[in-house]
Amino acid sequence: MEALLFNASGGYLEGVLRGFKAGLITQSQYSNLTQCETIDDFRMQLAATDYGTFLANETPPISTSTIADRATNKLVDEFNYIRSNSVQPLTKFLDYMTYAYMIDNVVLLITGTLHERDTHDLLERCHPLGKFETMATLCVATNVEELYTTVLVETPLAPYFRDCLSAQDLDDLNIEIIRNTLYRSYLEDFHAFVLSLGSPTSDIMSPLLSFEADRRSINITINSFGTGLSKDQRAKLFPSMGRLFPEGTSALARADDVDQVKAVLDGVVEYRSFLEGGSSSGGGGGAGANDGGVASLEDHFFQYEVGLNKLAFLQQFQYGVFYSFFKLKEQEIRSLTWIAECIAQDAKDRINDL
Amino acid sequence: MSLMGYSYYSTYGIVAYLTTVTISIAALYILFTGDGTQFNPGAFLEQTSPYAFALVGVGLNIGLSVIGAGWGIWVTGSSILGGGVRAPRIRTKNLISIIFCEVVGIYGVIGSIVFSAKLGSSPTQATLYTTANYYTGFSLFWGGLTMGCCNLLCGVAVGISGSNAALADAADPALFVKILVIEVFSSILGLFGLIVGLLVSGKAAEFAVSHIIPWFGIMMGLR
Repeated sequence: MEALLFNASGGYLEGVLRGFKAGLITQSQYSNLTQCETIDDFRMQLAATDYGTFLANETPPISTSTIADRATNKLVDEFNYIRSNSVQPLTKFLDYMTYAYMIDNVVLLITGTLHERDTHDLLERCHPLGKFETMATLCVATNVEELYTTVLVETPLAPYFRDCLSAQDLDDLNIEIIRNTLYRSYLEDFHAFVLSLGSPTSDIMSPLLSFEADRRSINITINSFGTGLSKDQRAKLFPSMGRLFPEGTSALARADDVDQVKAVLDGVVEYRSFLEGGSSSGGGGGAGANDGGVASLEDHFFQYEVGLNKLAFLQQFQYGVFYSFFKLKEQEIRSLTWIAECIAQDAKDRINDL
Repeated sequence: MSLMGYSYYSTYGIVAYLTTVTISIAALYILFTGDGTQFNPGAFLEQTSPYAFALVGVGLNIGLSVIGAGWGIWVTGSSILGGGVRAPRIRTKNLISIIFCEVVGIYGVIGSIVFSAKLGSSPTQATLYTTANYYTGFSLFWGGLTMGCCNLLCGVAVGISGSNAALADAADPALFVKILVIEVFSSILGLFGLIVGLLVSGKAAEFAVSHIIPWFGIMMGLR
């Protein structure tokens, strides 16, 4: 029945969004880009795609971070266009998407303040989609209670902070705990909202959000090996949703090494191959990180996520396409940055590890 | 979500429950006070003026057809507008979808014109409540309702598939003709409604007239 009324509020935006999606870089364009010799070449090739002349005003030599910044700005422009033209409940949906970036920004600012970094510098490094007013005043807070009562209570992130007011002081470990607790509350809230929208939005979004929750759980588990994080604390950080919940997450909470994690992942068919490359060290095609096994896990995650996002476009009349498009666009920016880095560093043999 | 499910059931359930209770109480009251024969559908049908039935039928026909056409047009139109932002070439081709929706409205107009040609005036009660007039009244009502509902659903169907066609065309031009075939099948539904409606009302005689009002008679080809 959603087809009957969806177009009244979302039809135009869905059409515009699908137009944007048609402008994502294709396989053949990627192969053209990988054959570029210099960054200027790269820029010329990009000019032929939907990116157009977005780098026109930069003087050479262009650094890869500039490319990433400009591409992100383009993403932000598209997002703002869609958000400004949207009505409820699409507006609320898009706002939920920005909360994830807000959480990252807040944590970035707190960390930076702790380490006495310059506030302007920090503000520039914040992700533009997660900007909100009063962000600058975050820099003066020194502990979570003050943070909450003075600044955050007016932002949409306020309900997510309720769960982590028990964190005592801010230090590096606790920052991550705060970040993960916030993110967990956010994911559960988003999931509840999506389910209230009914099908087909919930049909599309639920697997995407579940996968995100599982990915977080797995990452938290693997990253907490060897740190001082107790198992109870770890268990509290897992979102109570996703395909690994509840048996998988309780098993992950008790896991001590990668093999146990692998045993847990075997329970879900699609996740089984994620840790395959992990047992051999320095797995081929690793994305250049120190730990080849974990890096290829990230690759698997990205691949699976891209697959899910592409599936979202097969259905019309739902909001999942908005979420998927922006995730795909981010992935594209990551790929472009990767290619640009390879060109800049003359490491052409790694260039195909997209 | 469970909370929302509960409250949804509650509103709908309460309304249904209250309606059933009210109707039962009214029915049982009539029954037990000896007026049971007041509930007489046959008398209702006999005593309602055939004009009422006929005119409601005409109104339903055109009204529901236009709702269907309008619904289809806004569903398709918003998608064409959205898809046309990045792929302007789809604008002209996809007007076909809008035309299919519009045709549904035209079916409704045709039906209504044919029906209204059967309306006449009957001067007295005796000449009004004849079997021929009853038949005309009923057939125009049900024919109009049939045509109206068919056109409503046809318009919605064409609209939704037209919206899909627009977005598919924006993504890949080769798809448009294939989806257009689906739309053609959708628009045949409206044609079915028109045919059935015309057949149903085909045998209906005009309302019995003893004086012929001049301009009306001229309009009908005074015989």
